[in-house]
Amino acid sequence: MTRRHLLSAADLTRADAEEILTTAASMHDIQHREVKKLPTLRGRTVINLFFEDSTRTRTSFELAGKWMSADTINISAKGSSASKGESLRDTVLTVDAMSVDAFIIRHSASGACHQVAGWVDASVINAGDGTHEHPTQALLDAYTMQQRIGSLEGRHIAIVGDLTHSRVFRSNLILLRTLGARLTVVAPPTLLPSGIGAWSARDGFTVSSDLDAVLTGDDVPDAVMMLRVQKERMSGGYFPTAREYAVGYGMTASRYRALSAANPDVAILHPGPMNRGLEISPEAADSPHSVILDQVSAGVAVRMAVLYHLLAADTTEVAV
Amino acid sequence: MACPDVEPQAQSLDPVFAAAAAPSPVSPGPASPDGPPPDPSPPDARVVLTEADIARALRRIAHEVLERTKSLDTVVVLGIPTRGSSLARRLVAVIEEVEGVSVPVGVLDVTMYRDDLRHQPTRHVEPSQIPATGVEDKTVILVDDVLYSGRTVRAALDALADYGRPRAVQLAVLVDRGHRQLPIRADYVGKNLPTSTAEKVQVRLTEHDGLDVVRITGGLPR
Repeated sequence: MTRRHLLSAADLTRADAEEILTTAASMHDIQHREVKKLPTLRGRTVINLFFEDSTRTRTSFELAGKWMSADTINISAKGSSASKGESLRDTVLTVDAMSVDAFIIRHSASGACHQVAGWVDASVINAGDGTHEHPTQALLDAYTMQQRIGSLEGRHIAIVGDLTHSRVFRSNLILLRTLGARLTVVAPPTLLPSGIGAWSARDGFTVSSDLDAVLTGDDVPDAVMMLRVQKERMSGGYFPTAREYAVGYGMTASRYRALSAANPDVAILHPGPMNRGLEISPEAADSPHSVILDQVSAGVAVRMAVLYHLLAADTTEVAV
Repeated sequence: MACPDVEPQAQSLDPVFAAAAAPSPVSPGPASPDGPPPDPSPPDARVVLTEADIARALRRIAHEVLERTKSLDTVVVLGIPTRGSSLARRLVAVIEEVEGVSVPVGVLDVTMYRDDLRHQPTRHVEPSQIPATGVEDKTVILVDDVLYSGRTVRAALDALADYGRPRAVQLAVLVDRGHRQLPIRADYVGKNLPTSTAEKVQVRLTEHDGLDVVRITGGLPR
């Protein structure tokens, strides 16, 4: 892999993605060692620039950088000059002028990371931009599924929930197709992105609004990914009540029992943070089929692998 | 991965434990149906170790290990990927055949500890496999194919320190080609091979390349 930035899951070829996942497996072992430190990125500086709240992504990027000996600094919008009205461009140019090596950016505007990549000399990693993409989440989801159900080639994966607002969905759709999986996406009609008909026809995935038919039909999924209902992006009118959403599209206790009976090896994923009782019931979230905590554990390893592939070799001379 | 001049490495890690004893194909053929393609010999290549030479060298190293270490109980053999891992397994197989003792063997990936990562394309990372016995208070024998600058071994010593504190660390290599850039020497050497820096030493092993041979290519015509 010779690229400098990771802005979209579409940046990764199948070989790139598989190389990152293999590296992640090596990095995962380090998490269980007494000495969790590699000298690989000694002397590099990684800036976590978070304009939106985050616990797991920010923490895991910070740990990933620190375990690889990079100097990792967190800048959040609150408490930075951004709250005094500084523009995104001025903020990143200011930090870039301090000769940093990488920006890890989360921003509420779709495309923010892409813009920043054009402004700065450092590498840019997209840690979630608006409703666009979150490629490292897709990588850790793929890693977690591989660990649980094996190769994803030809496997059936269902993604359920708020597709319109989900960057996790977009990145996962791209990456899982790159890795050869078959996809079914499920959402209430109001939360299907506009134009998904043409999109699914072009990219070859299935769209449904009947969750029970997908979970216990003829083609039972090998893994089911429940997406978070994003209350902060719900400016109203997508579904009548939380109760109604849970009944129609949540992984309720009864749905979980039916699914695990239809496929005893199914893996249940959720990118977190969970709204228990809304999109996922505690019975499913805390079940042996749930890999939600494995996803968190994989997050650090996958992000170490991404930092390794983007930063370890000096690619500034062959800048893209 | 001893020397930067070795060709891009094959990535399969087939557990071929008995390869040292088992006869390998005479003609170069693929190691496995989906393994790497057979390796064509470059026109200017000179063979310096044949399949029989490699087997003999490993056997001699095994005997030297037995002479030098009073008790095999505390020995752990760790190969450095890619080809060092296979050599380590072969060495342990010979020791077991000679002495009837099974010695723990593993893989120590040193990529993350290299000091030349910035100057090269991104390297492939293999998972390290440290035997359950660990390395604490053990005599660790590191195994690699080619000893050249010594930088891989330096990285290996750093990597090893993160797994524990061995009682002693020894180094076994198939080929020592000289040109050390660090104060490092091997305890067991298959063959000392004086080379020029313009030359490349190619180690090919059945597990990865479908044949056993060590060749020199490039350099000035002789």
